[in-house]
Amino acid sequence: MTPDRQRIIHAAAPLSRERRRFVQILGGMAAGATLAPGAAIAADKVKTKARIVIAGAGAAGLTAASRLAQALDGARITLLDARKEHFYQPGFTLIGAGIKPVGYVVSTTAQYVPAGVELVTESVAEFDPQGNRVVTSSGKAYAYDFLIVATGMQLEYTMIEGMDARLIGQHGIGSIYHGPAAAHATWQAMSAFADRGGRGVFLRPATEMKCAGAPLKYTFITDDYLTRRGQRSKAKIVYNANNKVLFSVPIVSEKVRMLFEERGIEVNYDRVLKAIDPGRRIATFATADGTEEQGYDFIHVIPPMRAPAAIRQSPLPWQSGAWAAEGWLEVDKGTLRHVRYPNVFGVGDIAGVPKGKTAASVKWQVPVAVDHLVAQLGGTTSAARYTGYTSCPLITRLGRAMLVEFDYRNNLVPSFPGVIAPLEELWVTWVMKTMALKPTYLSMLRGRA
Amino acid sequence: MKELDPIVVLAVFEEMLGAFLWPLVAVVVLGLVAFVVLLARERRVVSRRLVGAEALGVLGGVVALVVMAKVSSSGFTDAGGPADWFLIAAVFGAGLVGSTILVYTLAGWWRAWRGSVGPG
Ligand SMILES: Cc1cc2nc3c(=O)[nH]c(=O)nc-3n(C[C@H](O)[C@H](O)[C@H](O)COP(=O)(O)OP(=O)(O)OC[C@H]3O[C@@H](n4cnc5c(N)ncnc54)[C@H](O)[C@@H]3O)c2cc1C
Repeated sequence: MTPDRQRIIHAAAPLSRERRRFVQILGGMAAGATLAPGAAIAADKVKTKARIVIAGAGAAGLTAASRLAQALDGARITLLDARKEHFYQPGFTLIGAGIKPVGYVVSTTAQYVPAGVELVTESVAEFDPQGNRVVTSSGKAYAYDFLIVATGMQLEYTMIEGMDARLIGQHGIGSIYHGPAAAHATWQAMSAFADRGGRGVFLRPATEMKCAGAPLKYTFITDDYLTRRGQRSKAKIVYNANNKVLFSVPIVSEKVRMLFEERGIEVNYDRVLKAIDPGRRIATFATADGTEEQGYDFIHVIPPMRAPAAIRQSPLPWQSGAWAAEGWLEVDKGTLRHVRYPNVFGVGDIAGVPKGKTAASVKWQVPVAVDHLVAQLGGTTSAARYTGYTSCPLITRLGRAMLVEFDYRNNLVPSFPGVIAPLEELWVTWVMKTMALKPTYLSMLRGRA
Repeated sequence: MKELDPIVVLAVFEEMLGAFLWPLVAVVVLGLVAFVVLLARERRVVSRRLVGAEALGVLGGVVALVVMAKVSSSGFTDAGGPADWFLIAAVFGAGLVGSTILVYTLAGWWRAWRGSVGPG
């Protein structure tokens, strides 16, 4: 890099890296330069010998790897994840709704790993932030200068007495969360229910969860199938909220309450699933003052969720407060940097921040964390902040969805104000969910969106 | 999906259409070039041919809507607000204009080719 070029880049420092790249590309186009992707980007790569370990190669880990590879020159980046398959999890809902096949969500992790990043197919068994190293399941240690934790969360089906993930698809039990095959088995169980009617029981866990809209979506979808098949009058649908609201954002909660009322979906508040008896088809819920048994013909179980064991057993989670027990990473909610270990970042579902356990949040979190890391390596600082942006297209029946986008302050932050109204049931939103979201997600993994 | 800069849109379309994207773009560009060259050669719009092309174009619009419904696993009866009607109109319009230009161009070049080899 010539000194001149350096000066120009420093002068441009207040611009975010993102904008800068865009400006450069535009500049390149204006100058008639050929638009070789990377040519403009390579110009402001930060030279470094830093060792960076990324734990978890899901949505957040892959996105971080792609962005770091684009921004750094010479860094040793290692991605650790035992799972070789990659799942597009937002698609689980569409499999459970019977409109996409299992193959729609399955690909391989390796196909998204950028050049120059090493993928190790082992999980992290031990996090040692004092020693600046992680140890894998086979006992191999990886020392790092920076660690990005992106392990997502663990589903805890067995914390519900009598429940086991192997029951999904049998005895009227469904759960789209467990994976592609489970989502398909859930579709078969739900479809059988929609043919007969009976009592449908829906719920959500009392822990933090990913995509808090999904339990609501699946309730709406089931209601729609019963209606389409002429069985709605023979069915009762009950939604059990874990607390006193249907959604953490008040305006969304109210809208869902109105829609549930309109569709004749009964709501119970303060109900947390404690036990299930598949033989008798009885679900036991904890209530404010005891327990309550509910019979069902179909039940959609969403298990408690918490951090993977290796994280919970490490010094990385919150040490007190509501998130300590579940093990979410103690990071700053604006920068996603660890509060006690400044060379550690937490992104995606594992981050202990008030909102944002969706893939759409990953898209806004990762660039912030990466910007801070890269700035530090380049000897500057970053002003980038994550505002809590979370998005969840809430399917309200087949063919329609509401665009629900919000931030830490429970404000709605519509992407297309004046065009696509938030909280309005629209076909365009459904079209986006079924056609545009997966391509957007995949380009995010490649660091292009 | 918070900002729509052209590079992101391109990346998303590449993921959506995969290997089909560039051939599709090539077909559109070639079609448009053929149309423009035809207009330049003939120095006018042949109104009889245009009316015929428009009639088939309506069919093209309908086909576009059917394809859209198929790939989005839904139907236009699901429309719930102004943005939906706008999208339906846009899809129909794109199908109509696209196939009108296509038919007009093909018919024009077919005539020119027949004219050059045939008797009259
Ligand atoms: C049913 C359902 C519907 C959803 N709907 C939407 C939606 O409509 N819109 C939306 O934006 N989001 C949605 N989401 C949420 C979205 O999928 C997640 O928020 C997103 O995948 C989070 O990314 P992540 O990288 O944090 O976690 P993940 O993508 O889950 O990846 C975590 C990775 O870490 C690995 N890992 C775990 N432990 C370790 C370890 N110890 N060492 C190394 N690796 C480890 C795992 O194997 C995994 O590959 C939905 C999710 C589900 C389940």
